[in-house]
Amino acid sequence: MPLVIEAEWRVMTFVVATATVVMKGLVIPALLRRAMRTANIDRDLDPLIGYLPSLLLGAAGMIGAVAVAHRLPLLPEHHESLLVAGALASVFSGLLLLLGRAKAISQVCGYLILENGIYLFGLLLIHSTPLLVEGGILLDLTVAVFVIGIIVDRIQRAFDTLDTRKLTVLRE
Amino acid sequence: MSELLLILVPLGAAVGAACWPNDRTRPWFLPVTGLVHALVAFGLLRWPPAAPFHAWLGYDPLARAVLPAVSLLFLACAAYGVPYLRLRAERPNRLFVASFLAGLGLLSAAHMARHLGVLWIAAEAVTLACVPLLHFNNTPRAFEATWKYLLVGGTGIALSLLGSFCLGYASLHGGGAGDLTFAALMAQGTGLSRPWVLIAWVLLVVGYGTKMGLAPMHTWKPDAYGEAPGIVGAMLAGGVTTVAFTAVLRVRAVVQAAGAGVVADRTLLAMGLFSMLVAALFLLSTRDFKRMLAYSSVEHMGILSLGAALGGPGLWAAFFHVWNNSLTKGALFLTAGNLRRAAGGRTLDEVRGLSLLTPRSAMLFVAGLFAVTACPPFGPFFSELLILRRALAAGPPWVAAAFLGCLLLAFLGLTRLVFAVVDGRPLKAARPVDPRCRETVAILLPPLGLLLLALGIGLATPEVLREAWTAALRQLAPTP
Repeated sequence: MPLVIEAEWRVMTFVVATATVVMKGLVIPALLRRAMRTANIDRDLDPLIGYLPSLLLGAAGMIGAVAVAHRLPLLPEHHESLLVAGALASVFSGLLLLLGRAKAISQVCGYLILENGIYLFGLLLIHSTPLLVEGGILLDLTVAVFVIGIIVDRIQRAFDTLDTRKLTVLRE
Repeated sequence: MSELLLILVPLGAAVGAACWPNDRTRPWFLPVTGLVHALVAFGLLRWPPAAPFHAWLGYDPLARAVLPAVSLLFLACAAYGVPYLRLRAERPNRLFVASFLAGLGLLSAAHMARHLGVLWIAAEAVTLACVPLLHFNNTPRAFEATWKYLLVGGTGIALSLLGSFCLGYASLHGGGAGDLTFAALMAQGTGLSRPWVLIAWVLLVVGYGTKMGLAPMHTWKPDAYGEAPGIVGAMLAGGVTTVAFTAVLRVRAVVQAAGAGVVADRTLLAMGLFSMLVAALFLLSTRDFKRMLAYSSVEHMGILSLGAALGGPGLWAAFFHVWNNSLTKGALFLTAGNLRRAAGGRTLDEVRGLSLLTPRSAMLFVAGLFAVTACPPFGPFFSELLILRRALAAGPPWVAAAFLGCLLLAFLGLTRLVFAVVDGRPLKAARPVDPRCRETVAILLPPLGLLLLALGIGLATPEVLREAWTAALRQLAPTP
C-alpha cells in the first residue's frame, strides 16, 4: 500500500511495506489461526446484529465515510485518493464488528479491522512520521493480537465457550 | 543521559527476572529495581538535567512533577510484592514479576515521552504489560475482567492512535513539516488546522480518558480492580492513570496553543464533573470493597480533570493531587488485599467485623479511608481545598457546588461500606483466619509508609515539589 501511494520510492517506504506485508500477511493470520484451532471454532453462527442488518449498516457506513471524506478539509494532494474514505469506512466496520458479534474471536477480527483503518489513515503521514513510530505501531499490534489470542484460549478453557454474552458474572 | 536509566533499569530487570531460574528468590528483583528507580527519579528531581536528553524523550518539568510519585508507589508495591508472592507460592511468578518490572519501565517512558508517537507506543505497551498481571489469580472471573479490560482499553487506545494521526495531519495541513514532537506542535500554535485539532482532541480525550477511567469510559475499571491482586490494583490506580493524565495534559497544551483552549477546558470540566457524579452514585450502592476502590479512583480522576480544566492554580493543585492519589490509593489497595485474604471475601454479605479479625489492617484501612475522602490533615484535603478555591475564584459557582456535592456523596458511600465491613462481629460462617495470612510487619509496613507519606506531604509539602509543579505549569502554558 505505501508503494502504491508514494510518488517516489525510497528505502524507508520499502522497509515499511515489507514489514507491513510480513506482519499483517503472515504473523497475525498465523496467530489467529492458532487461536482458532485451539478453540475449535470456524464461524460466528449467532451474532448480536444479524448478517443482513450488518451488511446494510456496513454499506451505509461506507456511503457515510465517502460523504464525510469529501467534506473534510484535506490537502490538495489527498483530495483525489480514496484513502481517507477507505480509512473511515474501515474504522466504522471495525467498530460494527466489535459491537455486533458475540464470539471473542470475531471481536478480535473487528479490532484488527479497526486498527487497519487507523493504519490506513496513518499512511497520509508517511512522509513525516519516522520509521520508528511505524515500526512501533506494527509491533504493538502484533503483541496485542498475541495477548488477545492467549486470553481467548483461557476464556475458552475457563467458561467452556467463547460467547462473550456468557461473561456476565461481573456486574453491578 | 541518566534519565534513560529510568527506562532501561526496569526493562533490564524484567529480562533478568524472566531468565532467573528460582521462583522463591525472583521477587527480590522488585524492591531492588524499585529502589534504584526511586533514587534516580528523586536525584533527578533534586538536580534536574539542564536540557532534555532528546527531542523525543526527556525528564522534562512535567515528567519531574509526577514521575517520582509513581516511583514511590512502585517502591512500596515492590516491597509488598516479596511477602505477597511468598504467600502465593502456589502460582508461578515468572511472568508476573517480569511484566510488573516491564510495566514500570514503560510507565517511565510514557511519562517522559515528548513525541506524540512515542507517547502512544509507550502507553499501549503499558496496557499490554498489565494483562498478565490482571489474570494472575487465574479464576474465570479474572479472565472475564481481563477480557473487558482488553476490549475497552484496546478500543480506547486505538482511538487515541487515530487522534494522534489527526493531530499530525493538523500540523501537515497547516503547512508544518509533520514534526510530531509536542514542542514543535506547540510552536506551530495557531498554524495548526483548527478542524483537525478539534477532531484530534475529541479522539485523544476519549482514548486516553478510557485509560484514565473517566466516566463514561470507566466501565472496565471496577471489574479489573476488583479481580486483580491488590498490588496490581495499586499500580493501575496510581501509576497507569497518572500516565494517561499526563498524556491528556500534553495534548491539551497543544490544543491550547492552537487557540482552542476554551473548548478543551470545557470538555475536561464536563467529563470531570460527570465522572465524580457517576462515581459518587455507584459508591452509594456498591457492596464490594475492592470495587468501591475502583469507583473512588474514577472519582479522583474526575477531580484531576476538573483541576486541569480550571487551569493555573487549579492545575497546580491537580499535580499535588496526583501525588496524593498515588500515595493514598496505594495504601488502600495494599490494605484491601490484606483484608480480602484474611477474610476470604470482599462483599458486605461475606465480611463483617474485620476490626476483630485483623485489627491492624482494619485500622490502616480506616485511616486510608479518611485520607482518600480528604479529611484533614492528610494530603488530599489540601489539594482538594486548593481546587475548590480555584473553582470559586475562576469558575461559575455551580461548579464549586457540584464539586462539593459529589465529594459529600462519595464520603457517605465510602464510610457506609468501610464501617460496615470493619465494625460489628465476625460472621459465624466466616472461616477462621488462615495462619498464613497473619498480619506480619512485611505486609503492613508498605501501606503504612504510603499513608505516612500522604500525611507528610499534606502537612509540609517539600519546597522541591512545589518548584517542580510550578515548572510543569510553566511548561504547559508558556505565556501565563
